[in-house]
Amino acid sequence: MTTPRPSAPAPAGTSAGPSGPGGTPVTAGWRGVAAEQLDDVPGRVGLLLRARSRALLRQLLRPYRRQLWLAVVLVLAQNVTSLAGPLLVGVGIDRAVPALVRHDAVPLLLVVAAMAVSALLDGVLRQQFLVRVGTIGQDVLLELRRRMFAHFQRLSLAFHETYTSGRVISRLTSDLDSLHELLEAGLDGLITALLSVVTIGAILLWLDLPLAAVTLLSLPPLLWLSRWFRRESTSAYRWTREAVALVIVQLVETLGGLRAVQAFRREQRNDELFAELNTNYRRANERAWRLIALFVPAVKLLGNLTTAVVLVYGAYRVMDGAIPLGVLAAFLLYLRRFFEPLQDLSMFYNSYQSATAALEKLSGVLQEVPAVPEPVTATPLREPCGAVQLSNVSFCYRDGTVVLPGLDLTVPAGQTLALVGATGAGKSTVARLLARFYDPQHGSVRIDGVDLRELSDADLRRAVVVVTQENFLFAGTIADNIGFGRPDAPRAAIERAARAIGADEFIRALPDGYDTDVRRRGARLSAGQRQLVAFARAFLADPAVLILDEATSSLDVPSERLVQRALRTVLASRTAVIIAHRLSTVEIADRVLVLEDGRRYCSAGPGGSRSCTRHGGTHSDRPVRRPAGSLAGVPRRHPTPEPLQVNAVRVVLIGTVAWFLAFGVLVALLLVRGPAAEAGHRSWLWTSLAGWTLGLLGIFMAARARHRG
Amino acid sequence: MNSADSSPAGLAPAHRALSLWRLRPFVQPYLGHLTLMTTAALLATLAGAVLPLVTRQVIDGPIRHHDRGAVIPLGLLALGFGLVEAVLVFLRRWTMSASALRLESDLRQALYRHLQRMPISFHDHWQSGQVVARTISDLSQIRRFIGFGLIFMVVNSATFVIVGTMLIITDPPLGLLVLACSAPLAWIMYRFETGYRSRSRRVQEKQGDLATLVEESSGGMRTIKAFGRRDLVQDRFHDQATRLRDLELGKVRLLAMIWAIVESQPQLLLAAIMLAGSYPVVHGTITLGTLVAFVALFLLLVWPIESMGWLLATAQEASTATDRVFEVLDAEPAIVDRPHPMPLVRSTGLLRFHNVGFTYPGAARPVLHGINLTIEPGETLALVGSTGAGKTSLAMLVPRLYDVTSGRITLDRHDIRDIRLTDLRRQVGMAFEEPTLFSASVRENLTFGLAGATDDQVAEALEVAQAGFVHELPWGLATRVGEQGLTLSGGQRQRLALARAVLGRPPLVVLDDPLSALDVHTEARVERALRAVLAGTTGLVVAHRASTVLLADRVALLVDGTIAAVGSHHDLLAGDPVYRNLLSAEAELGAAS
Ligand SMILES: Nc1ncnc2c1ncn2[C@@H]1O[C@H](COP(=O)(O)OP(=O)(O)OP(=O)(O)O)[C@@H](O)[C@H]1O
Ligand SMILES: Nc1ncnc2c1ncn2[C@@H]1O[C@H](COP(=O)(O)OP(=O)(O)OP(=O)(O)O)[C@@H](O)[C@H]1O
Ligand SMILES: [Mg+2]
Ligand SMILES: [Mg+2]
Repeated sequence: MTTPRPSAPAPAGTSAGPSGPGGTPVTAGWRGVAAEQLDDVPGRVGLLLRARSRALLRQLLRPYRRQLWLAVVLVLAQNVTSLAGPLLVGVGIDRAVPALVRHDAVPLLLVVAAMAVSALLDGVLRQQFLVRVGTIGQDVLLELRRRMFAHFQRLSLAFHETYTSGRVISRLTSDLDSLHELLEAGLDGLITALLSVVTIGAILLWLDLPLAAVTLLSLPPLLWLSRWFRRESTSAYRWTREAVALVIVQLVETLGGLRAVQAFRREQRNDELFAELNTNYRRANERAWRLIALFVPAVKLLGNLTTAVVLVYGAYRVMDGAIPLGVLAAFLLYLRRFFEPLQDLSMFYNSYQSATAALEKLSGVLQEVPAVPEPVTATPLREPCGAVQLSNVSFCYRDGTVVLPGLDLTVPAGQTLALVGATGAGKSTVARLLARFYDPQHGSVRIDGVDLRELSDADLRRAVVVVTQENFLFAGTIADNIGFGRPDAPRAAIERAARAIGADEFIRALPDGYDTDVRRRGARLSAGQRQLVAFARAFLADPAVLILDEATSSLDVPSERLVQRALRTVLASRTAVIIAHRLSTVEIADRVLVLEDGRRYCSAGPGGSRSCTRHGGTHSDRPVRRPAGSLAGVPRRHPTPEPLQVNAVRVVLIGTVAWFLAFGVLVALLLVRGPAAEAGHRSWLWTSLAGWTLGLLGIFMAARARHRG
Repeated sequence: MNSADSSPAGLAPAHRALSLWRLRPFVQPYLGHLTLMTTAALLATLAGAVLPLVTRQVIDGPIRHHDRGAVIPLGLLALGFGLVEAVLVFLRRWTMSASALRLESDLRQALYRHLQRMPISFHDHWQSGQVVARTISDLSQIRRFIGFGLIFMVVNSATFVIVGTMLIITDPPLGLLVLACSAPLAWIMYRFETGYRSRSRRVQEKQGDLATLVEESSGGMRTIKAFGRRDLVQDRFHDQATRLRDLELGKVRLLAMIWAIVESQPQLLLAAIMLAGSYPVVHGTITLGTLVAFVALFLLLVWPIESMGWLLATAQEASTATDRVFEVLDAEPAIVDRPHPMPLVRSTGLLRFHNVGFTYPGAARPVLHGINLTIEPGETLALVGSTGAGKTSLAMLVPRLYDVTSGRITLDRHDIRDIRLTDLRRQVGMAFEEPTLFSASVRENLTFGLAGATDDQVAEALEVAQAGFVHELPWGLATRVGEQGLTLSGGQRQRLALARAVLGRPPLVVLDDPLSALDVHTEARVERALRAVLAGTTGLVVAHRASTVLLADRVALLVDGTIAAVGSHHDLLAGDPVYRNLLSAEAELGAAS
């Protein structure tokens, strides 16, 4: 993704965003057609995505490996202490009470003391475990948050233009939230559940083999169920993530342009559009929830079924004298505790799925390669003098429209160049290339003979500063906003910069002067005042090359004159490119250049500006639009081919191996208990046969899965 | 950039305990669902409890009497109850997926609706990140509570009461002892509630702040890149994110503490039962079997008690979330219709300012005062004034984006506050100084206020604004404009916004510096076309340049928040030194061209 790749127009319906089973938007097409849909996940890449997100998770957890093991040990110990309670009650009833009858209170006191200690220990261990796991979770989140934010900052404008800020917010808030949920509740649940399943499974095996075998029979359907659930819910959760992003995008945009929304009575229609997105989000959630609504009771049913079978079969075995009654009772009690955690496990699975879908999105962003990367080894630029050179630069935006077909432009150090031309001619585009917001497709932009692509970001920004046409103020004080140009500048320097361009007066008239909060996007100020602050900011930055893109368009004439006076002195010693429409602004330039259709049209020295502009302006302001259809259809991400369904295969293989292992244990146990087991060997034969059958079944399933891949 | 903890002043969370209760109107439509879910949950719990009874039956009946035939029916019974339990669980979850999610989306819709109708001044004070956090994460917390927490609170309480009663019946002294020992737990939970509440509130606030920071740094990406301040912004984010983590850790610690107590408390109670129960056994007041049964019953209580910690946490979070959501919903939309608003189909365009004064909410000094102006139908008035004089503020009063704070504005001799708001705004076509476009198709942006506009109307508006460039865009009118219109050039954006304002020829157009981003020649062409439009409608045009001023029949000069002079451009230029100073440089140019 290093170069903007044009592609064919998508039909209006598919680009309307909300998509998912049955989700045809009523007002398809209102969003319009854009060059690329960033968030589409082609189905085939799904597995790759999962692998990628899992890799990210592993990478994030790696530094905490040791702490995680410690946490596991803690929770193991805690489980033992919590299991101790019932056991001690048994001891108490069997030993302590009879002792008490003999007027010996010591055993009772000992048992009670042991219970109290184990209770306290249980509490302490649990607290420790939760704090540890919680801390790890929070640290991981912090790290991921920082990484995401930093990466978003590194990604180019071209990326952000299509990604929209709403999506950025959604990635950094709601996606991270679902990860938070997993770390908060999931891990705890997973470990505890797995632990009980394993311990209780072992106990069951130890109690009675044939009964245990019957219990284990429920595992293959369980595996199948969870495979089904995973396959279905993956797409459901993916849908959720995208749906919530669309909701946020709409919300952020509405709030950002509320003046227009209200002035144009847009509320009604916005309500409808939002209802559609909101419903889409609800439906996405609904689908995920319905899957759980099927999955959880199914697991439950399986458990109940097994219990009933064990009850009947167990009763027969008792009647046959194969096992004592107590074993059956215990078996049934433990069976309950065997299946209950399995449901917890399914809840964990749920939050895991949701988190994986989020991780997919997050890892997708992290994988996005910045289109305007910093060089690995940068050419240093110590004392820039500011000679700017564009040689044979051609450039087009993502949609494939050629804006600059091949521009040559040289600005010697210290010169002030005025760039004029019809609107849409490409002036701002030149400014953006000079500031390296984008890289040209052909040709090069150099400062002091060094290609911008070879400069480190710090060097480049020290050398070139652009005041963009759309000036942006951050919420915060005026001083903060001006200081953004040079964060280490003292207050005096900030005020000096403001004074130099004539902004000092109005700032002082504000209620808190330089400490006035300008609010969101500078809403507290008038347009001209905002522009002055943005100007002061650039002034303070004091770069070798200053690019002003219509930096005075909203000022009144006297303010503009003040700014110009300041510019005359300031620009005397540096290179400047001034983009403007008003001749008054252009007059301070050493040279005027007319840009027409992305080509320099004519250029003149001082004084020649007026005639030149008039000449250039007679032409149409329409740029050449060439949708490059021939390059269409290049997919954005190129997945390295990987066997499909690889995970399913793995699941089945692991299942099979687990089966053989389980039966290995069975056999071993049987051998150990050997003659002690009454009426054992026939059922042993039976169960091992069942095991082999199931193992073969597993292999068959694996083969089929691979075959389908 | 915002770093302060930002909850708008004056919106302190009042009525705390009641906050969840306030969800009532939203829960109302789903009461049936909720009842069904709760019943299903209760019945499922009961069905689950049947199994041990069947087991006892099997042991006491067939096994004891070696009656092989009787096993199967009992097994089928167990199976039946197991099936019933599963079906009930399915029923509960399926219903939940219908109702809780719907409730959430209803709330979200209501919130969005409300936000859209709040005045601009409200949004000036609200960080958008906070709003996003409220609409997304707070709502999902509420949903989680209604869907799970609430139901299990009911079910677990019921279990607690039932089992508690059984305990007391089994052995009154012991039962009372157990229940009495649960009292400290209640007290601990209460303490926990207060601590957790403030913590979760702070976490939620901080999440909102973080979202704000993200939104801002994403919107201001160009500026950040232009100055190479990535590190600065990242540091800020890191700082805030770290603070969020610290707050979350506080929550984690508190929760861990609570879990520890909740976990060990039943075990301690068990020890107490052991101690207190053994003596009666020895003295023969109760049998050993009773003690065993008692312990078994008590073990049934453990889960309801244990889960209470988690449930309370969700309840806490939900009630903070509700507080935050209602903080927004409670704010009254200040600019609304009066009780009996006057309908207005098409105004003649007579606009009058009567002694109008305006002060921004929270500001000490008025921006505008004593404004008296009349714009006759069909007339165009230019509004001229220095930077920050109050031109934009004045323009925004006309469609009631803000309301005057003194005096009144009349349209066709009716106070605009008496006219139905949508009707009033339909009369006014407005172009803001910042184009304010949306990431939608060009057509959608154009027909923003007039969804049913015909192709002819669109073509006409495009012609007036000289915005023919849209046909050259890759997909013409269907091309998507980037967020805030940023994939267009400055002049293209402005012309699109202008076309939007004049679409459908509203009787009143308010144009705030509409040509500032246009080059001289495009400007001349737009002016020519615009003049034709303005000839038939009333116009208020904010202008910085003489060329724009020439669009108007008369000019009003705004100085220090009030009208200093009104007259024709040439008269003012000749007679008013302030005016001359403001426009002279341009005047020369205007004369030249
Ligand atoms: N981010 C973008 N993505 C796609 N096309 C763009 C983008 N930015 C600008 N364009 C297109 O490129 C062309 C040149 O735009 P540019 O902003 O450079 O014009 P300009 O000369 O600065 O015009 P103005 O005087 O109106 O600001 C225009 O046709 C515009 O629509
Ligand atoms: N939301 C606000 N709250 C408080 N004061 C404000 C607010 N918006 C603007 N102001 C102040 O009110 C004054 C008038 O602002 P306004 O935007 O009306 O000026 P303007 O005449 O349009 O200026 P410009 O020519 O720069 O657009 C300014 O001093 C500004 O600082
Ligand atoms: Mg431009
Ligand atoms: Mg203004």
